[in-house]
Amino acid sequence: MLRQALAITGISIRSIPERWAPSLVIVIGLAGVVAVFTALLAMAAGFESTLKATGRPDAAIILRGGSDAELNSAIDRDSSDLIKQQPGIRPGADGKPLASAELMVIAELVRKDDVKSGANITVRGVEPAAFALRPRLRIIVGRNFTPGLRELIVGRGVLAQFQGANLGQVVRMRGSEWTVVGEFESGDSHESEMWTDINVARSTFGRIGSSSVLAALDGPEGLERLKAAIAAEPRLSMDLLREQDYFSSQTKQFRATIGVLAGVVTVIMGLGAVFAALNSMYAAVAARGKEIATLRALGFGGTPVVVSVMTEALLLALAGALLGALIAYVLFNNLSVSTLGQNFTQVVFSFRVTPELVARGLTIALVIGMVGGFLPALRAARLPVTTSLREQ
Amino acid sequence: MTRAGFVIANLFRKRVRTILTLLSVIMAFLLFGLLQSVNTVFSSGADFVGATRLFVQARVSFTTALPVSMVPKLEAIPGVTRVAYQQWFGGVWQTNTPLIMFALDPQRYHDVYPEWKMPEAQWQAFERTRTGLIVGRQLANQYRWKVGQKIPISSNIWPQKNGSKAWQFDLVGIFDGKDEDWQKRTNLAFIQQDYFDEANQFGIKGRTNFFILKLAEGANAAAISKTVDAMFENSPDETKTQTEKDFNISFVKQIGDIGLIVRWILFAVFFTLLLVVGNTMAQSVRERIPELAVLKTLGFSDGGVLGFVLAEAFALVLAGGLVGLILASLAGAMVEKATGGQFLLALDASVWLLGVAAIVLMSLAVGLLPALRARRLKIVDALAGR
Repeated sequence: MLRQALAITGISIRSIPERWAPSLVIVIGLAGVVAVFTALLAMAAGFESTLKATGRPDAAIILRGGSDAELNSAIDRDSSDLIKQQPGIRPGADGKPLASAELMVIAELVRKDDVKSGANITVRGVEPAAFALRPRLRIIVGRNFTPGLRELIVGRGVLAQFQGANLGQVVRMRGSEWTVVGEFESGDSHESEMWTDINVARSTFGRIGSSSVLAALDGPEGLERLKAAIAAEPRLSMDLLREQDYFSSQTKQFRATIGVLAGVVTVIMGLGAVFAALNSMYAAVAARGKEIATLRALGFGGTPVVVSVMTEALLLALAGALLGALIAYVLFNNLSVSTLGQNFTQVVFSFRVTPELVARGLTIALVIGMVGGFLPALRAARLPVTTSLREQ
Repeated sequence: MTRAGFVIANLFRKRVRTILTLLSVIMAFLLFGLLQSVNTVFSSGADFVGATRLFVQARVSFTTALPVSMVPKLEAIPGVTRVAYQQWFGGVWQTNTPLIMFALDPQRYHDVYPEWKMPEAQWQAFERTRTGLIVGRQLANQYRWKVGQKIPISSNIWPQKNGSKAWQFDLVGIFDGKDEDWQKRTNLAFIQQDYFDEANQFGIKGRTNFFILKLAEGANAAAISKTVDAMFENSPDETKTQTEKDFNISFVKQIGDIGLIVRWILFAVFFTLLLVVGNTMAQSVRERIPELAVLKTLGFSDGGVLGFVLAEAFALVLAGGLVGLILASLAGAMVEKATGGQFLLALDASVWLLGVAAIVLMSLAVGLLPALRARRLKIVDALAGR
């Protein structure tokens, strides 16, 4: 029976070129489903990986209690100094606790493909320790800002998506002029930010404290020790989160939104593709009615016929899925886009077509191919031999 | 047999094929309806606004506050008739649901926004009650709030003097929109700026995120915008002034180019559909070549035969398209109802218009080639099966 199945399958596959139009319908139909599915989820994957890369497991972010995001948080200087003295923070190279009070404010830049609509960009005022806390951040063009001067260094993502903040250009903020002196890369969401000295940011924006404190944790128990110490300090009412958890939790909303969109679109497109596949496979079976009847008359069984039709459907589905994944990869992989993040500022990220996504796309296509092939395969096996032979 | 009957009878000659093709068309238009109405929610956020109001924000970003002391200067500009302002409150309902909530001066806001409809007595109550809160109809329906209730709302930004972020307000009014567009935007909540100034812990007084300028009839919005921005240039409170419409557009653009995503998906959907229906039509014409020749022999003109095939394509796409759009309307209305109006997915007239245009274009795209083939048929060749 296996030999029979192989023989019929061979015949049916070799005859696909003769029935290219209906076969193409299956391939293109599934390519469409898989391309849309893969591209949408590649967007979610890119956003997630950018934010996840930002948070380290061995650092903690401290915000004012109940703030949820840096934008809403405000910590006065006494409190941030007090936080830095708590146990659980790892000392830096200079022997002082490795922690940075950071002030987050927002400036507007115009997108490259726009003329006037402003988009919110994070301006992060940092202390010197900020760089030791982000070891991956390095200046790739120009130099670092000089503390005390109105100078900015700008992330690669900002330069990719927005205009007006190129090296040497002047950014106006609250009646003062800031020169862009450097460009940095960090492989995470800081690339969507502009950085400067915290004290200059404070004076320009009329703020006295900071938005958050980022602290390096001292060993595996560092988080618990720091948390307990801050909770026990009556002068502090703060939320403390592992930096990694803080950034991971920000992806939930986006992931859920894209997940629902991808789910609904894939189900509806998938149903459409099932109907199209059924149509094409019925047509294929009808076109081969005489040939199948001849084989049956020669003594071939029903099962090999079913196997051959199913195999054809699955192969076409697989071809469609690969084409779809390829389209998604070529058009969208590494495409840089941006959306609003938790702080109400733009987060620049790139689409990521991962092998896992491609595998999921293939699975969906094979399921559709299987459903689309099954009923026509049954019909093929049940074709009444005598009438089929007599058909023109 | 009428011509229409003939077209329909032909469609159902291969019943399974027609039904399966119809189902594909239905799915495509269902998706079209749903996605297009998502797109409308995000892209049309501006068309309904009259151009008679200007938004003034800090030039650096609207998250940076401006002093309310700017009001007299703004009001002195010729062409500006009234100035309102609003300050973001960062309201949070229960543990995690953010509210679109502002602190403002009730009387000024009422004067500048006649589009909100609320009984005059409730406006007066809002002015009188320091802890007063008014909310839009949608919000009230969603959480079953009634006038007279005390509503606990926390702020993720502003603690009160006692350090607590749990505020409590008296619901004194529920407002609605003057038409459907404005009703869709009644998910807002407003409290008194005076109470906010007095009760917040930081002693932040007289700061606000936006000024809203109501302009005189026929005033030059562009010129007034320039005047405002020039007035505060080189101060720490530099401004950026734009029409309410432009503000809404750029606000939505911040989320990303949703229209682009929708267009890509719909491109994939319709390209696929083109092949599916096109293939069905091509097949059906191929099978009937001798019959079409008979029709021509009977005296039907070339154009008549072309018409039959085009009509078949049109009937197929129209039936599927209409069913798909109706399903999308039902699904959209269901989602809207199930989420208490949070997701406005009901299809509006513009989506239906676009849908009908898509139906016409799609029928032409799939029907034209087979129809031309039918028109070109030579009776002798076709009857001979050549």
